[in-house]
Amino acid sequence: MSLLAIDALTLAIRGTPLLRGVSLALQPGQTLGLVGESGSGKSLTALAAMGLLPEGATTTGSITFDGRDLLRTPEPQLCRLRGRRIGMIFQEPMTALNPVQPIGDQVAETLRIHTSAPRADAHRIAAEKLARVGLPTDRIPPSRFPHELSGGQRQRVCIAMAVALRPALLIADEPTTALDVTTQMQILRLLKSLVAEEGMALMLITHDLAVVSGLADRVAVMSEGRVVEENATEPLFRAMCHPYTRQLFAASDHRPARTSLPLGAPLLQVDGATRDYALPRTHLFRRRPSFRAVSDVSLTLHQGESVGLVGESGCGKSTLTRAILGLEPLQQGRIHLDGQPVGPGMPPTLRAKVQVVFQDPYGSFNPRHRIARAVAEPFHLLPAPPRGAARRAAVAEALEAVGLTAADMDKYPHEFSGGQRQRLAIARALIIRPALIVLDEAVSALDVSVRARILDLLADLQTRFGLTYLFISHDLAVVRAITDRVLVMQSGRIVEEGPTDRVFDHPSHPYTRALVAATPRIPAHWVPAAPCPNAGVGQQG
Amino acid sequence: MRSLSLLLGGSLVGLFFAAALVSFFWTPHGVEQIAIQLRFLPPSAAHPLGTDHLGRDILSMLMVGARTSIAVAIVAVGMGVALGVPLGLVAAATRGGLIDEIIMRGNDLIFAFPALVIAILITAVFGPSALNAIIAIGIFNTPVFARVTRGAALSLWTLDYIRAARVAGKGRARISVEHILPNIANLLIVQGTIQFSLGILAEAGLSYLGLGAQPPTPSWGRMLADAQTMVALAPHMAIFPGLAIVLTVLGLNLLGDGLRDLLDPRLRRAR
Amino acid sequence: MLRHLAERLLSLGLSLFAASLVVFAVIELVPGDPAAFMLGMGATPEAIAALRRELGLEGTPLTRYLSWAGGMLTGDFGISYTYRVPVSQLVLDRLQVSLPLAAYALLLSTVIALPVGMLAAVRRGSATDMAVMGTTQLGIAVPNFWFAILLVLVFSIKLRWVGAGGFPGWEVGLWRGIGALTLPAVALALPQASILARVMRSAVLETLSQDYMRTARAKGLSRRQAVFRHGFRNALIPVLTILGLQFSFLLAGAIIIENVFFLPGLGRLVFQGITQRDLVVVGSVVMLLVFAVIVVNFLVDIAYALADPRLRRPA
Repeated sequence: MSLLAIDALTLAIRGTPLLRGVSLALQPGQTLGLVGESGSGKSLTALAAMGLLPEGATTTGSITFDGRDLLRTPEPQLCRLRGRRIGMIFQEPMTALNPVQPIGDQVAETLRIHTSAPRADAHRIAAEKLARVGLPTDRIPPSRFPHELSGGQRQRVCIAMAVALRPALLIADEPTTALDVTTQMQILRLLKSLVAEEGMALMLITHDLAVVSGLADRVAVMSEGRVVEENATEPLFRAMCHPYTRQLFAASDHRPARTSLPLGAPLLQVDGATRDYALPRTHLFRRRPSFRAVSDVSLTLHQGESVGLVGESGCGKSTLTRAILGLEPLQQGRIHLDGQPVGPGMPPTLRAKVQVVFQDPYGSFNPRHRIARAVAEPFHLLPAPPRGAARRAAVAEALEAVGLTAADMDKYPHEFSGGQRQRLAIARALIIRPALIVLDEAVSALDVSVRARILDLLADLQTRFGLTYLFISHDLAVVRAITDRVLVMQSGRIVEEGPTDRVFDHPSHPYTRALVAATPRIPAHWVPAAPCPNAGVGQQG
Repeated sequence: MRSLSLLLGGSLVGLFFAAALVSFFWTPHGVEQIAIQLRFLPPSAAHPLGTDHLGRDILSMLMVGARTSIAVAIVAVGMGVALGVPLGLVAAATRGGLIDEIIMRGNDLIFAFPALVIAILITAVFGPSALNAIIAIGIFNTPVFARVTRGAALSLWTLDYIRAARVAGKGRARISVEHILPNIANLLIVQGTIQFSLGILAEAGLSYLGLGAQPPTPSWGRMLADAQTMVALAPHMAIFPGLAIVLTVLGLNLLGDGLRDLLDPRLRRAR
Repeated sequence: MLRHLAERLLSLGLSLFAASLVVFAVIELVPGDPAAFMLGMGATPEAIAALRRELGLEGTPLTRYLSWAGGMLTGDFGISYTYRVPVSQLVLDRLQVSLPLAAYALLLSTVIALPVGMLAAVRRGSATDMAVMGTTQLGIAVPNFWFAILLVLVFSIKLRWVGAGGFPGWEVGLWRGIGALTLPAVALALPQASILARVMRSAVLETLSQDYMRTARAKGLSRRQAVFRHGFRNALIPVLTILGLQFSFLLAGAIIIENVFFLPGLGRLVFQGITQRDLVVVGSVVMLLVFAVIVVNFLVDIAYALADPRLRRPA
């Protein structure tokens, strides 16, 4: 008998249908990967199984767990199931823990509400569970507060809380999406070992096909509130019967057709750039300590080149970006753009040579300005900006260059989707024809299929306008798809640089090797396009 | 529910504004007309809200008093906005710098002086008057607006469209006016109605103590002070001016709540 | 924590210094010669000069500021122009009324507001919530002195349960003293309780939308358990801020309320000081009120750090 069986589950919130007949089954001890893009209904399916749906949700169908229908189980009994028989962890470890309670107390709470364990015992067991998930008492005592822990450590606390009573089912909703790739690998390994040791079933929800390929026994692909394909992992990847699965797979590893431009003169030169930040005072009468975010970084970008800068959060890539954009000064070193010095006081004519596209498609536009005004904003840098009809014509041209229409210029930002807004941001960067465009995690917030189309657009624009790209990202796959050369940054320093394919295929620095190794990958021989029918058993990992 | 508070609040506020405006041209009786023989009259057809200890018509006094309350509160809020908003914008634009520090410390200092204490200090120097009430409430309002402005502006400064504007070469002052101010205007309008209602309450308190508008200018607080000693004799003298204050303040608060929901696109979309 | 404390103490000292400068400067601005005012029309210039020396009105502004501020620090607030007694004695007498009144009102408003706000948040959208929101909306709009007059009308004049004002002194017994302060405290507490209940409600609702609430529910806590175990303490953080701010409103409110009930407190004292142009009294009492506000805010800061570990041990 299945541990969890979801049958013809439909769900609507205030009349809007969000799940349209989801059926899934999960056997004891099995790992099921639930894959889909945002809005596919994968998280709602999990919340329905937990009985934690938002207010106003109406359901039909059934969710059978341990032989009882959870949709018809009264709330007090659901409370006894949650945490004891079904555990759940969420995407955002930074906010998932109560900030004013020590982590040990939060883990012990799971034990204390479900068992009659005395306080001292609950705390002892909590400390053991924390040690089990990689937070040993001598290094990370249970008396710590969440803010004293890193994101990965906080996610471990969440896991300890969820598995403290050895539930039969653990639901993990995008557990590693907010984490760096090396941390992601550690958390995924931890989940895998917990499943093996405790005999738990795991429902792993993710947007990343590669993550499930290494962990799941079975995979279900969801789209628009339906499960479009469900199978054992390897056969599913090999066959990809459903076109949506194929499309998702193709998009996740999409590499736009690019024609490398002939390299021109050096455009951007960074020499020994160093940037310190003052930290809060530790002592009233001593100097404020400082933190070196960027340390002696040198790099050169040639005209027409596309260069990637990769590194994990906190490595200094954002600080370096701000310095290159001339928004913040350096403590040491120099930056030159087209031979002229870059800094907060640089003249508008020089500023006009570099523009930027940011990550967040929703924060990139002033909600009160029409598109025409927003996209034309960089004209501020020109000594004689076009006015009137000429200005509108220039905006129209920029919009058309990024695949939108001239009619879009009189709309407001909220009328566009995330992908369209990213196109608008590119149009804004493009409108004064800069030599260099800095793309700061420009596709990181997008779903894979939207991301693939934006990458195509970027490749096309580079050829058409002879642009130079500095592509900053934590995502190795994206950098690989769009750059010729890559720089790897760690703790404020560039640790490795070279042609992208060479660096990623044959990394020489230990950190680059760790990054490449930590990136989840679908085993190459599973790919349906590769003609290898039934050739051996694919190894996972 | 929300449109109800907007409607109710709007009508109450509208009523009192209308009363104040009409009082410039017409009141049921003259407010300076003293008729001792008509004193302490309970509500009647000739005097809908009765008369006071000098025989003056309470309805007429309330209408003219609305003028004082509204004028003092509006000017005081205007002063708070005119001083506080620019200070808040500058503080946010120079976040963490010396100017920010000075502005915020100055704010904290003013916060240590309750409005009434400021009024007491001013009155001690210049003597009581409506102008002093305005200045005291205005000084008290300034750090409120500075803080609200700074807080909201700081969260906007981290957004990408502000960074994009900086990459487009726009200076901090220009960004503050072009991008920050329009996006915090809603918040300021809502805060404005709240401060307006607090201003009405503060003006009533000050004139009740005799620190605000001076006789013969009618004011609601003053009317209550007169009524207090005679409350056993003529309760209507205390009840109606108090009701006028409560309904005006209630109206402004409801209006503020309604505006907040109406102007907050986040809330609007959520429904 | 110690560093936080030291920082706050330093800023406390600076605020007091700045506030004392402001008060001193304002009093300096006052036109007229208090010595001449005190001695009346027929005073000789010699007598006025002698009194000026006695009152410490001679010397440069700096030396006068130093002796004024130094006196304050050592508890010597100067001699009242009108009462001709040390101001510290006056203040001490009046504090016996004002301090219990403020504490009584604060206690009332907290004891009423926190449970009510919590209840409204937990039962969001219910009839209880609507009733709480409606009542508090009204409570905020009521000026406390008008409410005080209505209380007197009902309880003293119509029902004759309590006296209409005045204070018999603590000598006549604790309960009679408290009885005399009850109506004033209720009048003071009502608007404050309304504000506090609304703040508490929205603070609890805010915590309900946090991710850690969802985590708590996923652990198996019922909605109610989650609110009480994870909502209350987190909600207290914004509530503390408001409590600190309310203290200054309570002080200001007390000045008015003491006048309504003829209570011999600080508010009456400062008010009489103004009408009699007794600047030593006004300056001292204002300084004392400001001192109280600054110290309470300091205590709120400390309480904040106790409630929020992020301030205690920054990562």
